[in-house]
Amino acid sequence: MIVYEKSKGLTDTPLSYCPGCTHGIIHKLLAEALCGANLLGRAIGVAPVGCSVFAYNFFNCDMLQAPHGRAPAVATGIKRAKPEHIVFTYQGDGDLAAIGTAEIVHAAARGENITVVFVNNTIYGMTGGQMAPTTLPGQVTQTSPYGRDVKTAGYPIRVCEMLATLDGPAYIERVAVDCVKNVKKAGAAIAKALRYQADGKGFSLVEVLSTCPTNWGLTPAESLRRLSGEMAAYFPPGVYKEL
Amino acid sequence: MSKRYLMKGNEAVAEAAVMAGCRHFFGYPITPQTEINAYMSKRMPQVGGIYLQAESEIAAINMTLGASATGARAMTSSSSPGIALKTEGISYMCGCDLPCVIVNIQRGGPGLGGIQPSQADYYLATRAPGHGDLRMLVFAPATVQEMFDTVFTAFDAAELYRMPAMLLADGLLGQMMEPVTPPALPPAPREKLWALGAGAPKRKTISSLYLKPEELEEVIRLRFARYSEAETRLSACEEYLAEDARVLLVAYGATSRIARAAVTAAREKGHKAGLFRPKTLWPFPKEQLRAAAAKAGKVLVVEMSMGQMVSDVRLAVGDTAAVGFFGRTGGVVPLPEELLERVEALI
Ligand SMILES: Cc1ncc(C[n+]2csc(CCOP(=O)(O)OP(=O)(O)O)c2C)c(N)n1
Ligand code: SF4
Repeated sequence: MIVYEKSKGLTDTPLSYCPGCTHGIIHKLLAEALCGANLLGRAIGVAPVGCSVFAYNFFNCDMLQAPHGRAPAVATGIKRAKPEHIVFTYQGDGDLAAIGTAEIVHAAARGENITVVFVNNTIYGMTGGQMAPTTLPGQVTQTSPYGRDVKTAGYPIRVCEMLATLDGPAYIERVAVDCVKNVKKAGAAIAKALRYQADGKGFSLVEVLSTCPTNWGLTPAESLRRLSGEMAAYFPPGVYKEL
Repeated sequence: MSKRYLMKGNEAVAEAAVMAGCRHFFGYPITPQTEINAYMSKRMPQVGGIYLQAESEIAAINMTLGASATGARAMTSSSSPGIALKTEGISYMCGCDLPCVIVNIQRGGPGLGGIQPSQADYYLATRAPGHGDLRMLVFAPATVQEMFDTVFTAFDAAELYRMPAMLLADGLLGQMMEPVTPPALPPAPREKLWALGAGAPKRKTISSLYLKPEELEEVIRLRFARYSEAETRLSACEEYLAEDARVLLVAYGATSRIARAAVTAAREKGHKAGLFRPKTLWPFPKEQLRAAAAKAGKVLVVEMSMGQMVSDVRLAVGDTAAVGFFGRTGGVVPLPEELLERVEALI
């Protein structure tokens, strides 16, 4: 009897993420959601610039690699040309909430019928741990060595809350992947977001609070505790928009 | 369709794209190209196409990239400051071997510059349309009819060589009205085996990322082999009274029409002037120019800039002829009389 199988939504290419990084879990959840709803065959994904840049090697569907932050615009072009396809982006917090702020806000405002999986790890992972727009007040990073000083570096952006003020989005939820129960919840949220798109309801985004043990300087277990603690406190999980 | 229409250059570009089967247009308003957006916003819904006003030129080129990746004929247009913003997307499209047509109705720069006609984006278009080792096809129409025809050529060449193609015009050409007879048949889209979402048994990926230097070098070399094919096949020019000319004017786009008027005026006065007009700026018609310049011995390059194409002319001509330059910039359009004066001084 098969108890557990790797999702058919992932290729055989080994993931390139650091040990203990939750990018891998989020890949699995998205892949399972695509397969579960039988959408993989008509899915086109857009990979960002960031640690998940190689997502185009991992997801077992047609994939395109976008310029830094532009994934929602690229996905818009794909979706408008291929409305019958399921189009998703997978983006980090530097990609989506800094350089790509205009693209995500306007894709959401247009109610673009795409699904965004937004991985918030409060840091720029790929470039070695610099301050992100989501970096918490006081958080030490390579470019906020004295801790993020809100007087000079401003405050973190709460993307779900911000986008939920728009009329365009159909479904917005923030989830965390800090424990089994929440991982399941996250999977359900991603599946729901894809269902919204398949039903033609419009823009859906799932923000996933994620870890970066490497650049946080924490063990994987400590990282999960940080995620459940101060991160979830600043970025409360929950449904922010549901049409 | 052999009827004649009176059209603005900008409208001709837009209608030609529709006739060429382009159903995806992504734009952002900027003078003097905004009519293309206005036309597309009206026309696209009539033909079941998409007009989308993006939040920026950056978004517009990236939407174009996304649509192109699915094999769709996609187009975006802008004017100088907006084209600068598109360079990121152009580079990625080159890196992904994706075709598209980009229209630049140039205005004066740098910065916000002005809104009058200019040719000061020649370097941007032909030298560095984006970062990295890359090329972009650059077409330079000189009449509203050519604005129309060039869109067909540009889509086809972009698909054949799998690279972005730019239609480099200026505010004069964009705004002027002239009669247009649309060519009978737009070329059929090329087969695009690389397109995403085609439902092929094997999944497809498109990316410009190669972390191994040798691999990236190899990809670039292969791409440049394609570029060099385009270089040998696509370069185009037009000559006017160049055969026996003692002074050869070299100008493209709207400026070439002013130069042509100066040549006619010079001939009326008995001066042997001629005109060489590049119709493609990349590839630049080097050999054709070299031959024409060698015969004339003296070359005068005329541009609406401080002198950009003149570098390509010097490279092409080498020491076979003396090369001079006359330019007006900032949106000032040179007058035929000014050019005539220069020609007379050279003769
Ligand atoms: C235009 C541009 N600017 C900067 C970079 C460098 N860069 C690569 S990844 C990255 C940050 C990615 O961080 P994030 O989106 O948070 O994703 P993560 O790596 O944490 O998953 C940056 C700044 C780039 N590739 N392109
Ligand atoms: S750097 Fe951070 S986000 Fe990137 S793979 Fe490693 S742990 Fe994950």
